This record gives sequence, structure tokens and C-alpha cells, in this order.
Amino acid sequence: METSTVPLPPRAAPAPVEGPRLAGDLAIWFFILAELLAFGVFFAAYAFTRANHIELFNAEQAALNRNAGALNTVLLLTASYFVVRAVQAAEREASRQCASWLLGAILTGFGFVVVKLGEYAAAFEHNISLSSSPFHMFYLSLTFFHFMHVILGLVILVAMWNGARQGRYRPGDMNGIETGAAYWHMVDLVWLILFPLVYVIH
Amino acid sequence: MSTRMHGTPRSSTILWVTLILATLLTWSMGALGETGRWGVAALAVISFWKGAVIILDFMALRHAPLLWRAITMGWMILVWAVIAIAYIKGLAQ
Repeated sequence: METSTVPLPPRAAPAPVEGPRLAGDLAIWFFILAELLAFGVFFAAYAFTRANHIELFNAEQAALNRNAGALNTVLLLTASYFVVRAVQAAEREASRQCASWLLGAILTGFGFVVVKLGEYAAAFEHNISLSSSPFHMFYLSLTFFHFMHVILGLVILVAMWNGARQGRYRPGDMNGIETGAAYWHMVDLVWLILFPLVYVIH
Repeated sequence: MSTRMHGTPRSSTILWVTLILATLLTWSMGALGETGRWGVAALAVISFWKGAVIILDFMALRHAPLLWRAITMGWMILVWAVIAIAYIKGLAQ
């Protein structure tokens, strides 16, 4: 049997392909690189100090509250997802939805802060301090350095929420929200290494 | 204007659910006392994948110039390589 060639219907013209671009301001990306380098040095210092004090690090790490750490991972990942949804809403010019997603991100980010403060309160109750051991020095300084970034991230998210409520972000005017979003995701990214490294790997 | 640079609600929701499931998986491994060399290796691989999702999809570096993608992914590869080297060094003790 002869196969008949049916002409295919003409395809819709593909959407214009844009060249690659960075989401957000170039300056924030240099800032993010500096932050990543700082955290990277911290992580390396932790890993090699641990290699020389295995028993001590394993014993003191076992006393950390991993459940709180895992809960905080879920909170940060969820906050990051809410920020992505906010950016997508801005692309659709849906300012109210954008603001709602950002508010969700602020609340989940605040949840991280509450859990972390509870963890610090418990640590101080057990007389854990920067000078109590090399592990505690790293645990407190690394997590607090990250904690300060979460606080700054929350301040940025509140500013973004304010901007979204004023309808400031829309296609063609995405720089502000993309810049803030990139910073928030960096805070999340760092935690995704900090948590397994300091709380789990032994 | 870029309509797809940050993915679609559907694609990002799937990623978020997968990230949460991966977190619960590693958490249950720890809760069940599933550690040891292979447990640590699995944890590192899962954590690396989670970081890659944040970098490529959430930070939208998948659509960025190659140099920026290489720098950020290169940073994460380097950090995990250093962690692995230090871990192996610790095992030798």
C-alpha cells in the first residue's frame, strides 16, 4: 500500500528566542559570588578542622537538633518556591498574586528565624559558646553568619512585598524583583550545603 | 520580556515537591540511623542535586550566559569536592 504523504499544517511561528541573560542586577551577582566565596572558605575550614578532630566533632554533632535543621530546610525551600511563584506572577502582571506569594515567603522565612532562635536558646542553656569547643565555634559562627543573611533576605523580601503591592513589577520591569529573588535563593543554596555538612555528615 | 525564564507554575511546583520529598528522604535516612559511607555519599549526591535545582531553575541560571552558570555550578562542585576530600582524609585517621 502506498503511503500518502499528508502535508503537515503549517506550524505557528516559534516565539522569538532571547539570548541568555542574568536574572536581576549584575551588581547583585557579584555580591552573590563574594558571599559564595566567603561561605565556601568557611565550609572548607570546617571540613578540614573536622578531619583532625573526628571524635570530638562526631560526638558534639550528635547533640544537635537535626529535626529542627530538617524543618528549617523545608521552610527555606518553601520560601524559595514562593519567591519563584511571585516572580512568575510578576511576569503575568498579576501584582496582587505576586504580593501574596511574597508574603508567604516572608512568613516561611520568619518560621526559619523562629526555629533557629529556639535552637540557639537550647544551645545557650547547655552552655554552648564560641569557646566551648572547635565544633561549637564552627556551629555557632557558621549558622549565625547564615542567620544574618536570612534576616537581610527577609528585609529585602519585605521591600519586594511593598513594591509588589504598589504594582511595581511587570514584564519589562522585572529587575527589582529578580534581584531580590536571586539574593534569597543564594541564602537557600548556602543552607543546602551548611545543613548536611554541619548537622548530618559524620 | 521573558515569559519562560522563571519556568511555569506547574514546573516549579513539581520541583518544589521533589525537593521536599528529597529532604524527607534524607531526614528519614538519618532518623533510621542509616549512615555510614554510603549514607554520606547518598546524602551528598541528593544535596548536590538540590543545590543544582536552586542554581539552574530557581535562580534561572539555566538561561544565563554560560560563564555565570559555570562559575556558580563550579563553586558548588568545588565545595562538595573539598568536603569529600576532607571526609576521606578523616576516614584515614
